[in-house]
Amino acid sequence: MSIRVTVNGTEHIIDVTGPQSLLFVLREHLGLYGSKNACRQGECGSCTVLLDGDPVCACLVMAADADGANVLTIEGLGTEGLHPVQQAMLDEGAVQCGFCTPGIVVAAAHLLEHDPSPSADTIREALAGNLCRCTGYGAIVRALRRLAEAP
Amino acid sequence: MPVWPRETAAHAVGFTVMETFRPGTLDETLDLLTDHPDATVLAGGTDLMVEINYGGLRPTSVVALRRVDELKTWDGTFIGAGVTHHRLALGPIPALAQAARTVGSPQIRYTGTLGGNLGTASPAGDTLPFLAAVDATIEVRSAGGTRILPWDEFLIGPKRNALAPGEIVVGVHLPEHLPQRQAFAKIGARNAMVIAVASACLVRDEDGSTRIALGSVGPTPIRARPAEEMISAEPHPNDKAVAEFGRLVAQEVSPITDHRSTEAYRRHASGVLARRLLERCLV
Repeated sequence: MSIRVTVNGTEHIIDVTGPQSLLFVLREHLGLYGSKNACRQGECGSCTVLLDGDPVCACLVMAADADGANVLTIEGLGTEGLHPVQQAMLDEGAVQCGFCTPGIVVAAAHLLEHDPSPSADTIREALAGNLCRCTGYGAIVRALRRLAEAP
Repeated sequence: MPVWPRETAAHAVGFTVMETFRPGTLDETLDLLTDHPDATVLAGGTDLMVEINYGGLRPTSVVALRRVDELKTWDGTFIGAGVTHHRLALGPIPALAQAARTVGSPQIRYTGTLGGNLGTASPAGDTLPFLAAVDATIEVRSAGGTRILPWDEFLIGPKRNALAPGEIVVGVHLPEHLPQRQAFAKIGARNAMVIAVASACLVRDEDGSTRIALGSVGPTPIRARPAEEMISAEPHPNDKAVAEFGRLVAQEVSPITDHRSTEAYRRHASGVLARRLLERCLV
C-alpha cells in the first residue's frame, strides 16, 4: 500500500508494507537523517517533526496513517540561511553533542511561532518532551529567551 | 540518497502486507470493523506504536481513526474519543485540563487522545481518575448499535475494557452539573514524561458532597467511597477531619509494588494526595 506524504514541501509516494513509523520512512526511504532515532517510544523527542503543523514524535506516528499529511522536518527549517532558533542556539553555545538539537530546534520553532515571547517557564514546558543528556538546558533556554526578548 | 525497493525483503519471503484503512466517517469506520473484527484500531498511536517498536506487535490490518471528524467533537457534556490531550489541557474543565497537562510531553499531548486512554485502559491513564470522580459514562458503538456504559463497567481491569469486537469508543458523557471545586494531582519522578506512581482527582460540591478517584493504585481507577461519605458529611472540615479523610483513602486503595514504586509508598501517597486535593477544594 502506498502513501502520499508531503515532506518539506515536496510530495512523495512511498510504499509502506508494515506498521513502520514515519521516522523510519523519513530516515530510510527519504534519506532525511536529521530526525534522530533514539528511544522509539516518544520519550526523548529527538525525532520531533511538525505533522500538519503540530509537533509530534515521528517514531510514534504510523507511516501508513501519515497519508495525506504535511510534514516539516529539521531539514525543512532554515533552508535560506539559518532559522532564527538555529542562529540563537549557535550564538549561545546551546549545542553540545548535538543529538537532541534537531528535535529541540523543531519544537522551539513551533513554540515561537505560537508564542513569540515565551517566559523561561513556558520554554521549559514546551521542551519538556526533548531530552538533552548533555544536560545543556540552561544554554538552550537562554538562547530561546534571547529570541523572545528580540525586538 | 538510498532508494528502497518497492517490495521489502520481508515482503518477498511471504510476510503478509499490512492492510490499512483510513475511514473518513464514523459509519465507514463501523462498517470496516464489521468486516474486519480483528483489525487493530489506531487512535493517536502513542501506546500502539510503542508496542510495535518494542513489543514486536505486527498488526495484519489497521483501522486508523485520525480522519474521523465526528470523533473530534466536544459539545458541552460530550467529549469525543478523538479529542487530544492538547485540547483537553486548553479546555474549560479545570481538573481534566490539569490531568491532560500532565500527560507525557507536548508531542504526546498533540497526538494522544481521550479515547486512546480508554482504549488502552492502563491503571495509570491520566484522564481516568477524572472520569471516575465525576461518574462519566462511556459511549461505545459498533455497526450493531450504541452502548453507554458507566465508567466502572467499561474499565474492568488493568489494560482491560468492555469493548466487544467491532466496537470503538465514541466518546464520554459528563454529568450536566460539574462541581466548580475540582482538582487533579499526580506523583511521578519528574514533572513531564512520567507515568503516574499515583494520581487522584477530587471534586467537591457546594453542599459538601465530595468524590475522589485515584489512579495507578489499583487495577482500575478506585473510588474511595467510605472516605467520600465521611467527608461529604463535613460542611467545614477541620484539620482532624482532613487527616481522617486521608487515612480512609489510604485504606481504600489497593496498590502493588512494581518497577515504578512500592505498595507502601503508593498507599502513603494516596492519603497525601487526598488531603492536598481536599484542602485545595476547601479554599
